[in-house]
Amino acid sequence: MPGLEDLYREIILDHYRSPRNRGELETPPAVRADGFNPLCGDEIIVYIDVADDGTISDVAIGGQGCSISQSSASMMSAAIKGKSVADARHLISAFKGLMSIHESDIGGDGSESEMGIDDRSFEGDAFSIDNTDDVSLGDLEALKGVVKFPVRIKCATLSWNTLAQALDEVQPG
Amino acid sequence: MTLPADIKDDFPVLRQEFHGSRLVYLDSGNTSQKPQSVIDAMARYYETENANVHRGSYELAVRATAALEGARAKVARFINAPSVSEIVFTKNATESMNLIARAWGGANLEAGDAVVISEMEHHANIVPWHMLVAEKGIELRWIPVGDDGHLDLTDLDRLLDGAKLVSVTAMSNVLGTLNDIPRLAEAAHGAGALLAVDASQYVPHLATDVQAMGADFVVFTGHKMLGPMGIGVLWSRAEILDAMPPFLGGGEMILNVTKEGFTTTEIPWKFEAGTPMVAEAVGLGAAIDYLNELGMDNVRQHEVELTAYAMRKLKEVHGDKITIHGPTEPAERGGVLSFVFEGESGEVHPHDIAQVLDQAGVCVRAGHHCAKPLMTVLGANATSRVSLYVYNDESDIDQLADALGAADELFSF
Repeated sequence: MPGLEDLYREIILDHYRSPRNRGELETPPAVRADGFNPLCGDEIIVYIDVADDGTISDVAIGGQGCSISQSSASMMSAAIKGKSVADARHLISAFKGLMSIHESDIGGDGSESEMGIDDRSFEGDAFSIDNTDDVSLGDLEALKGVVKFPVRIKCATLSWNTLAQALDEVQPG
Repeated sequence: MTLPADIKDDFPVLRQEFHGSRLVYLDSGNTSQKPQSVIDAMARYYETENANVHRGSYELAVRATAALEGARAKVARFINAPSVSEIVFTKNATESMNLIARAWGGANLEAGDAVVISEMEHHANIVPWHMLVAEKGIELRWIPVGDDGHLDLTDLDRLLDGAKLVSVTAMSNVLGTLNDIPRLAEAAHGAGALLAVDASQYVPHLATDVQAMGADFVVFTGHKMLGPMGIGVLWSRAEILDAMPPFLGGGEMILNVTKEGFTTTEIPWKFEAGTPMVAEAVGLGAAIDYLNELGMDNVRQHEVELTAYAMRKLKEVHGDKITIHGPTEPAERGGVLSFVFEGESGEVHPHDIAQVLDQAGVCVRAGHHCAKPLMTVLGANATSRVSLYVYNDESDIDQLADALGAADELFSF
């Protein structure tokens, strides 16, 4: 639909209709965190299994929500699987950085440079994601368009905030 | 045609276009739009009458006080209150309900006392009671909602046994269900309990007579009835208000203050601490004038007809893909239509529906509508909600039905 291409990118709809790592993990050994969006009732459950060496050996996503919250959770799960807790934390702050944009920056033709998004946020070594995963850096960047729809930012960040809770349970930050 | 054909012209906000389409506002259960007369009345108050009320000794302050008290009298007549002194101005319906919980509940409820609410309440009529559960150990009981979207009253006698207060909505903000308030009043009083009514969704849409309702407290808000945000109403009978302790303390609500203590002034000002929202009261008064001009019976008839049209049209265009919650008979409900939409590839999430509709200029609400316990009963995390008012017409419903087709298309994989 005209005007919505930046929000409903094909890759986002793909993760929505075929969510990765959907399910549950047994707790313990996995930890579970529940996230709610009090505005719309969306609910995300994040399960993570962290190995002794500090890598996230498995992740599962439960709950229900809109296309943006579900696809963001799916992409996140693929991006953090096999990464260290520290790398996952870096990724959380980079993603939240991508989603926190001043309202005055929204507008114009909505181009990325006008929106003040720094592409370099995703290029640091700490969370470069190799292509052996089924999600690449490019997938996560597809969510950039969400910032043009401020009410949907909370949908996109819900799973990431929930992941942060889960990580804090494993290893207080 | 029960309402003027050109009624949209009275509402400046509706003259706008969004994303290239005429604005279709279908979220009046959330807040209503304002006619020019309300906007003008508030501006005129600030231009010609503004001063602080109840204390100035000059003519301007006399006018400001008359503006506030004149608005109070309009509210009293609009809901057929026996006395103007029974109309307490608050910030909104939520504050009115908290006033009941804090002031009346504080003085009259003790550990183990039961308050009975229903599963279709707005959070404003749930959380204040949860707070008293936590603070005082009162018991909260729930009247269930049946599959037909009506309250299930089969177990009412047991629920009311030993209850001190029943607090229910006159009309559900999610299902549109109109509850039988006189019957609940009789049952509550028979059990020795008082009845509080959340009429936030009722007063804007149906002729209201608090005496015929038989309630002891009625709360509603101005912004859902064409008035401004920031003013709400609590009505109660004078003997109940007189016996209640004050809510907030400060100026306006006192008779005397010494170093040893204070005495309260008479009702309703006993409950109106601090400088009141005079311009908002004036705006509410102008909204009441506007509604009276339309005639509340005409407003109701218009909404029943438009609700019937919407239910028919959405079924006609989208068939079994659309399921509307709540009573199926338009005459038994208000103009609030919560629905789920099953597209080709499963349910289209309400947030996504609202997003696509917005792109077509159509405003609906998506989410839990501040009624999470009811959403649990419905087995839904969220619904999309259309809510109608005086300025809506069949062309709005047609634009909605078209835009839903676009949502279906986008989310068909």
